[in-house]
Amino acid sequence: MKYKSQKVAYWFFALSMLLFSLQIIYGFIMGFAHAGFDGLHGFIPFNTARAVHTNLLVVWLLSGFMGAAYYIIPEEAQRELVSVKLAYVQLISLAVVGVIAIVGYHFNYWEGRKFLEIPRPLDYLVVVNVLLFLGLILTTLFKGKRRTTTALVLSMGLLFAALLYLPGMLPFDSQVKDSFFRWWVVHLWVEGVWELIMGGILSFLLIKLTGVDREVIEKWLYVIVGLTFLSGVLGTGHHYYYIGVNKIWLIVGGIFSALEPLAFLAMALFAVNMYRKGEKKHPNKLALYWTLGAAIVSFIGAGLLGFAHTLPQTNLYTHGTLVTAMHGHLAFWGAYAMIVLAIISYSLPNMTGRKLYESTRGRMAYWMSNIGMIGMTVAFGVAGVVQVYLERKLKMEFMEVQKETEIHFVVLIICATLFLTGITLYIIDFIKHGKPTDEALVATTN
Amino acid sequence: MLSKKQARAFFLGGTVVTFLIFIGLTIYSFSKSQDQSNDENITEAVVRGKKLWEDNNCMGCHTLLGEGAYYAPELTKVIDRRGEGYIKAVLTTPVDWAPNGRKMVAYGFTAEEAADLIAFFDWIDDIDLNGFDTVVSPLAKDDN
Repeated sequence: MKYKSQKVAYWFFALSMLLFSLQIIYGFIMGFAHAGFDGLHGFIPFNTARAVHTNLLVVWLLSGFMGAAYYIIPEEAQRELVSVKLAYVQLISLAVVGVIAIVGYHFNYWEGRKFLEIPRPLDYLVVVNVLLFLGLILTTLFKGKRRTTTALVLSMGLLFAALLYLPGMLPFDSQVKDSFFRWWVVHLWVEGVWELIMGGILSFLLIKLTGVDREVIEKWLYVIVGLTFLSGVLGTGHHYYYIGVNKIWLIVGGIFSALEPLAFLAMALFAVNMYRKGEKKHPNKLALYWTLGAAIVSFIGAGLLGFAHTLPQTNLYTHGTLVTAMHGHLAFWGAYAMIVLAIISYSLPNMTGRKLYESTRGRMAYWMSNIGMIGMTVAFGVAGVVQVYLERKLKMEFMEVQKETEIHFVVLIICATLFLTGITLYIIDFIKHGKPTDEALVATTN
Repeated sequence: MLSKKQARAFFLGGTVVTFLIFIGLTIYSFSKSQDQSNDENITEAVVRGKKLWEDNNCMGCHTLLGEGAYYAPELTKVIDRRGEGYIKAVLTTPVDWAPNGRKMVAYGFTAEEAADLIAFFDWIDDIDLNGFDTVVSPLAKDDN
């Protein structure tokens, strides 16, 4: 840590960890319901658990991204944040909006549109909150001593993410148009601008951890985010195959989605190559694990597994089945959860002054959560393929098929327990680092 | 080898071009001659039905047009499959509906609300889904 204001990041990360834990709990509720144990139905029906599970994912990742920005931007711009006080105001308002939304979901207060369940009045608060955040980040950047590509890409990602929240607020009477523009938010976030954010964080971490020249890393950053947009924007078409819009999207979506894995492949190759090239061996091994892991697992989860059901001919059968959940879990874990855990692992020792770079607990957290998540992905995948064959090929009734897949959810729950153990260890590590302190403000090697 | 300047041009150029194509295709696919979203048949009952669908987050369990959660059945072509009477019974029941043991919240809709939701599903059934409807619903009539 070089600047005092970077400490703000710690509290965003702490909020992140809290919401992440809650997200996992609601995931378990859903897993049990799928396995045939929906004992909580009276209090937390499936649709509530589902809304909480996916929205918490979005909020904890956003909180992590915001924390990352508060940590990275001062260091890249070489000056303190313009206002630490406002950053805390922003943090608290984010937490308040999140809590109202999550509690509201338990009382039928929502907007029933997949992933965008936050009720309309709260949407406006989200907009104000994000504007405040962007104001702080962008003024810091433009008042700063230098404007690096890493900082620009990260800020651009955050700015576009904010702008793209708006199409989700347009009112439509038609379910088709509603869906169409909902994907402008959801798809263009996760397969577009969030990748810019991921790329920005990844490039910052690689510069710090490998010591490879900034110019080299930032050049490749442009190529990767270029590939992301080139494939991802028109790749939105893969959500438009069967929702009631023109057949043109079958072709456009098919071709450009097939290119989407390239961006992730480039990201994985880039990270591994920079690591190999790097002469400096940074002592923070755990951060390096998470960083390289994010690049590699995102290629498998988002790139390969996405490709597995993105062609129109396949998607005709897998659209709206558990196959989507299979791809979704590993994609989000690899691309976004792991990069947030990476920046936390990197920045925490710098903010707290406790250099817990290497520990059995930290390594166990990494391997158990990864193996657990891969196991969950396989369980979802098998259940999804079974569902596709029985329901869509053999034309069996939906509920009869669901009975057949219950056993896969038992496997899922076992793997999820391993995953949970890993994350618990990670959070214990987080807590053991203690609070951030000004004494950590030293001119260290990083 | 690519210079940093060229890499940036690739990023900015690619982004602008694909965004423009994306917006162009959006306009194209909603233009009068290409539109297959069945918008012209939306009635007030359909709009009220959609509102009920959203207010109760039905998509948190069901799928519609293949979108939603994967806990409860796909509801595209559900009227063809089950008939209006069955659907009305499910929507208005005061106790949890639990076919095969998987429970649905007992919403206890009024007869008018049930009619609105049925109008909404009926409208959905007439959208041209590029063949998806015949996959999820073998019993559905093939002529949309």
